[in-house]
This record gives sequence, structure tokens and C-alpha cells, in this order.
Amino acid sequence: MTDAASIYHVENVLLVAIRDNITDTDIITLQEELSHRIVSDGARGVVIDISALEIVDTFVGRILAQLSSIARLLAAETYIVGMRPAVAMTLVELGMDLSGSRTALSLSHALRSLRASRLA
Amino acid sequence: MIGADACPVLTVPLRDERDIAAARSAVSRELDKRGARALRKVRFVTAVSEIVRNAVDHGGGGEMSVFVKERPLEIWVRCTDTGPGIADIDEALQDGFSTARSMGKGLGGAKRLVDSFEITSRVGGGTTVEISAAL
Repeated sequence: MTDAASIYHVENVLLVAIRDNITDTDIITLQEELSHRIVSDGARGVVIDISALEIVDTFVGRILAQLSSIARLLAAETYIVGMRPAVAMTLVELGMDLSGSRTALSLSHALRSLRASRLA
Repeated sequence: MIGADACPVLTVPLRDERDIAAARSAVSRELDKRGARALRKVRFVTAVSEIVRNAVDHGGGGEMSVFVKERPLEIWVRCTDTGPGIADIDEALQDGFSTARSMGKGLGGAKRLVDSFEITSRVGGGTTVEISAAL
């Protein structure tokens, strides 16, 4: 894994923090690695923190949406946390609502929600 | 068109995907220096990301130049590539048009995020995109 993102496995949940300088190749690598880790670690939830991302363009948005779909097929729920308000407004203007992903304002909100659905 | 009253600020070469991030950061810094508000900045930098990615992924690379116009304060970005050019620009700007890795919302999406958007392209002669936003 590159240093553009780190994956931590805590109580059936994979926590991922994406750094701002992530490249297209890095994020595709992350998508692959996370897909494998969901199965090998038996994760029921994936929480992706994008608070370090200044922008989310259509490429990164598409990868995040795909990742959520892949995780769902592997029986894990994905939460995207830490989206900046201006990023949310811009994504909607781009016509990307990430409707396949759950979102939460923070990591603790996401974990609470995963616990409530007994996934963590 | 970028007028003669716009001052060139910097140029970033676009060779590979690392330069996409470099181009974004460079524009972001210029907007910060001039006190751009968060939403204005995110919208413009997102548009920059789309057009420079297009130049790197489809245009075989090129360069991005940033210009600033005073009174009224505006930022302009010109992105040129030396790729195969776009045969049907109207089609390329439609949501859903996609040739390779994009979702097909890239160029059309960029157009919606800026105050002005101009694209010129010639088959075999590369593509130039100019965008601007008031600050």
C-alpha cells in the first residue's frame, strides 16, 4: 500500500484515511486492497475518512461509489465521513450524489450507526 | 479568451497523474492568496482537476497556465494538450460521454462549475480549454 492512505482494522470495521495528495493510481490500488481486506479480515463495515480531501472530482467520486458497491456485494457497509460542505455542494452540481454510499459527519457517528445495525 | 490584461502567474507541466495533483495544489494556493471563499475555491479547483485530468488521460499531456486579472479580480486557467483532439466537442461536453476512465461527467461538469468555459480542439491538433471565475 502506498502512503496515500492507511487502512486500520478495528472491531470488524476497516478504517481508511485518505490523504490529500492521493493519485488516481493510488486510489485504484486502495480500492483493490480494501476489497481484499474486507474478505480476509471479515470486515462488516468500511469507514472512509475524506476530511483531508480538498476536492472530490468525478474520478474520485466514481471510485468511492464503486467501492461502496463492491463492499456491499462482500456484505460490508461503507460510510464516507468528513466530507466538507463545499465538496458536497460541488458533487451535487457535478451530478454525483454518491447515493450508493452511506455518509456520516464523523467517524464516531459512523461507528455508532454501524453498532446500531449490529455490524460492529 | 484570456485577455492581454490578464497577468500570467505560473505554469505547471502535465506529464502524468502526479501533475494533476500538482496543478490542483498550484491553483488552490493562488486562490488562497487572493482570499477566495471555500465554495468558490472548491468549485474552481474541481473544474481544474477535470480539465487537467482530461489533458493527461486523453491528450497525452501538455501544460496548464494560471492567469490573474485585476479589477474585477478573476482567475483564469488555460490547459493545453497535444493529443488527438476531440472530433465532436458538443458530444464530449454531454453528461455520459466517456472514452476511457472518466464517468462521462468530467468536462460537462467542469463547465457548470465555472463562470466561463471555452474549448477549442482540432482533430490531430490537440485541445485547449480555458476557464475562469470571478473572485
